[in-house]
Amino acid sequence: MSDTLVPFDEAITRYDPVMGLEVHIELNTATKMFCGCPTEFGAEPNTQTCPVCLALPGALPVVNAKAVESAIRIGLALNCDIAEYCRFARKNYFYPDMPKNFQTSQYDEPIAFDGWTEVEVEGETFRIDIERAHMEEDTGKSLHVGGSTGRIHGAEYSLVDYNRAGIPLIEIVTRTIEVPAEKAPAVARAYVSHLRDLIGGLGVSDVRMDQGSLRADVNLSLKPKGSDTLGTRSETKNVNSFRSVERAVRYEVSRHAGVLDAGEKVVQETRHFHESDGSTSSGREKSDADDYRYFPEPDLAPVSPSRAWVEELRATLPEPPAQRRARLQTEWDFSDLDMRDTIGAGALDLVAATIEAGASPQSARKWWLGELARRANEDGVDLDALAITPGQVAGIQSLIDAGRINDKLARQVFDGVLAGEGTPEEVVTARGLEVVSDDGALGAAVDQAIADDPDAAQKIRDGKHQAVGALIGSVMKQMRGQADAGRVRELILERLS
Amino acid sequence: MSELTRLSADQAAQAIAAGETSSVELTQALLDRIEAVDGAINAFLHVDADGALAAAKASDEQRASGATSYLSGVPIAVKDVFTTVGQPTTCGSKILEGWIPPYDATVVAKLRAAGLPILGKTNMDEFAMGSSTEHSAYGPTRNPWDTDRIPGGSGGGSAAAVAAFEAPLALGTDTGGSIRQPGAVTGTVGVKPTYGGVSRYGLVAMASSLDQAGPVTRTVLDAALLHEVIAGHDPMDSTSIDAPVPAVVAAARRADVKGLRIGLVRELQGSVESGGGFQAGVQARFDDAVGLLTDAGAEVVEVSCPSFVHGIAAYYLVMPSEASSNLARFDAMRYGLRVGPEGVDDPSAEQVMAASRDAGFGDEVKRRIILGTYALSSGYYDAYYGSAQKVRTLIARDFAAAFEQVDLLVSPTSPVTAWPLGEKSDDPLAMYLADVATIPANLAGVPGLSLPVGLADEDQMPVGLQFLAPAMADDRLYNAAAALEGLLEDRWGGRLLDQAPVLEGAR
Repeated sequence: MSDTLVPFDEAITRYDPVMGLEVHIELNTATKMFCGCPTEFGAEPNTQTCPVCLALPGALPVVNAKAVESAIRIGLALNCDIAEYCRFARKNYFYPDMPKNFQTSQYDEPIAFDGWTEVEVEGETFRIDIERAHMEEDTGKSLHVGGSTGRIHGAEYSLVDYNRAGIPLIEIVTRTIEVPAEKAPAVARAYVSHLRDLIGGLGVSDVRMDQGSLRADVNLSLKPKGSDTLGTRSETKNVNSFRSVERAVRYEVSRHAGVLDAGEKVVQETRHFHESDGSTSSGREKSDADDYRYFPEPDLAPVSPSRAWVEELRATLPEPPAQRRARLQTEWDFSDLDMRDTIGAGALDLVAATIEAGASPQSARKWWLGELARRANEDGVDLDALAITPGQVAGIQSLIDAGRINDKLARQVFDGVLAGEGTPEEVVTARGLEVVSDDGALGAAVDQAIADDPDAAQKIRDGKHQAVGALIGSVMKQMRGQADAGRVRELILERLS
Repeated sequence: MSELTRLSADQAAQAIAAGETSSVELTQALLDRIEAVDGAINAFLHVDADGALAAAKASDEQRASGATSYLSGVPIAVKDVFTTVGQPTTCGSKILEGWIPPYDATVVAKLRAAGLPILGKTNMDEFAMGSSTEHSAYGPTRNPWDTDRIPGGSGGGSAAAVAAFEAPLALGTDTGGSIRQPGAVTGTVGVKPTYGGVSRYGLVAMASSLDQAGPVTRTVLDAALLHEVIAGHDPMDSTSIDAPVPAVVAAARRADVKGLRIGLVRELQGSVESGGGFQAGVQARFDDAVGLLTDAGAEVVEVSCPSFVHGIAAYYLVMPSEASSNLARFDAMRYGLRVGPEGVDDPSAEQVMAASRDAGFGDEVKRRIILGTYALSSGYYDAYYGSAQKVRTLIARDFAAAFEQVDLLVSPTSPVTAWPLGEKSDDPLAMYLADVATIPANLAGVPGLSLPVGLADEDQMPVGLQFLAPAMADDRLYNAAAALEGLLEDRWGGRLLDQAPVLEGAR
């Protein structure tokens, strides 16, 4: 059955999307959530298992203290309250890749709750409220063999890899997100991308969507414009890239609008996102009748982080992104526009590092947003994928500041560095790019330029100094650009006044 | 019967240490005894003669070359609910038939490290659910005092093995009385330590917040000796208590009740509050024993624990709730019985799970899974599981209040003596009532010890008395029980088990 889609731009003239995002973060602890098994990604199937994570009869869990610490730091970074006392709970349901047939999770007592964070889209800041961040364990991974879809239906047989079973997860749940409809897809994307940066900055996870260490579920419903009644939501699972988050929101808005326009009811269900065409398809139907029979996990002691420990962990947090941006803008004396462009280009950290390496804020911004942004764009890569470091950019600028090269020559130095020819200094030497400011060599070229263009020379003698440019150009041409333009100007004026 | 098999564990340890016998000789004698009588008793599901003799030999060799632990070389039987490398672990269930664990339970590892040869695995109600061992998928165990009667449960196998002189020591587990009640009805000693006092790692869980491993023996001192071997903090069990083990052996040797304040729990006797149901002979032997304690200088007073009467109701919500979740792992995916659904050509994993669980679990297990699933259901959780947890809190408060007045509490262990096989098989509620006196200790996590106090006049079957102490005061149990044991044996002129019938076919 194919979906009837209403174009996004049309859909949002009649409906407003209400979103909720559930993000699972796989922690990068050395061992699993409740046992001592290693957590390395990509090991041979079922080589990182033990009686505990295979749920052999009699085995018992023990909480990984490092995972609790990471959970608290994530909670703090999201401005959450940290529970003084919380318990794990069992979420009971049968599934072959879940060894105990219950997931050890947290239910009504999450470790972190009532937080918020801010994301920026096109210079506009959106506050996202965080309902909770809780600890849980991952399931194993099922591989369905045979059949066309790779899903369980139609498969000839299935294999289960329990290496992933018991890997610590933090689930971060937002409160409902209501933003101007046209911004919703971008805000969803920005939020997930922001979590990547924020949590990556804590060093507690690899936060790689392609490896599944950051997984996003997009819950979405529509309500008619002007209405307060929430619609039925769909849950689009395991959307595997930032771009896909945005596409999933757009698709579901279009799909829901199609269903509602036809006077039908949206089915509350899990949807699968398809990377190939950006569509979603129906998964398991889900209803409020799903009963996980949660109860407090009797095999684990409650977690009661002391306030002193929480404060110790708070002190380890990096500066919050918004605060850092404000501080840097002041320090660098950037206009709002400069700052927005820098952030929009994904260049904030690069510019900061370049300034750190000695360049002035304006020059750092100029190179990254100008010359280098152009080259990244030509190559179709992100700025941070260019083969040049902030230190090298600062090095080129210092050669300019010392008068050894000029802006024009600098572009050739960028060529050399990006081509792997070495440091800026090495490129200047190897390519012979240093400017000439020696009066002897310059003087000969100046005399030749005056001789070649008597008209211009006469104008200068008559006090029309704007004609100097033509003569400088001529000298530059003779010197193949490697002349100190300021000195050339002085020499011309000396001779013609 | 070889005299060796009649030795207590303490006597056997001394005989081995003195060179009067060896562990191999003792182990062989017990294996011979098992061979001779277990056909009539069915205490063992699995006998590991080779493994036990190898461990006995190792113990003898180690002793020849230096120091060993006190109980080294003294054989033990292990309830089939503990994982054992190299020996099957079935929990009395078809669903685990043939499963050989790849790891040892912490207590089993401790037994091995202390040099105790493991004779084999003992019979039990399936997944420890029952009070008669009739719910074993491998046939009932019989009471050595009368093989037409039940040996109690769920640990009927361990109790019967010890009572039938097939082993001087056994390991049991007690979730609502499964060590103490079989002890009471077989004339043996059974101890449920403080919750968290003994590791549960490798104990196949029925109800995680109630299960506790403990000793099954013929004397109080033997129980204390075994308690010391198995107790202590285990980093693999988050609910295990990180504190020194109470000095239980010293307490058992002290055996002095003079000046002790002992509380008779009004609700756990043949009183109106208990709802009656206490057999006359049970009450009589209990009263005699209390008289002995008084005569020996204990100060006996009556105390009231009003919430205890709700114990069974709360227990039958908490226990099945946890069990329904704990037993979910038996799904035929990674181990155990796997059967396909009938008449389905290409079954899904879910269909295989359902068919295997249907074929592998017995009726009592299914009953409790259904009860627990219901009690945890959304909309019923607060009324059932939530209320039961509140009752637990009230029961714990009753204990706390009682222990402000007295050092120990006493009651009959079981309201009745061993009943004929099959008598309560069709009446689960009647069976559940057998645990009325033992359940409060599990709900509150406090320790309890049952010891034999004589035979009921009406059926000449053993009667047990239980002492209850505050958490981590297990030593008080051993002190008082050893004193009472001494007074009773003086009166009997020997041990109660000396009066047990000689079993048919025994040598």
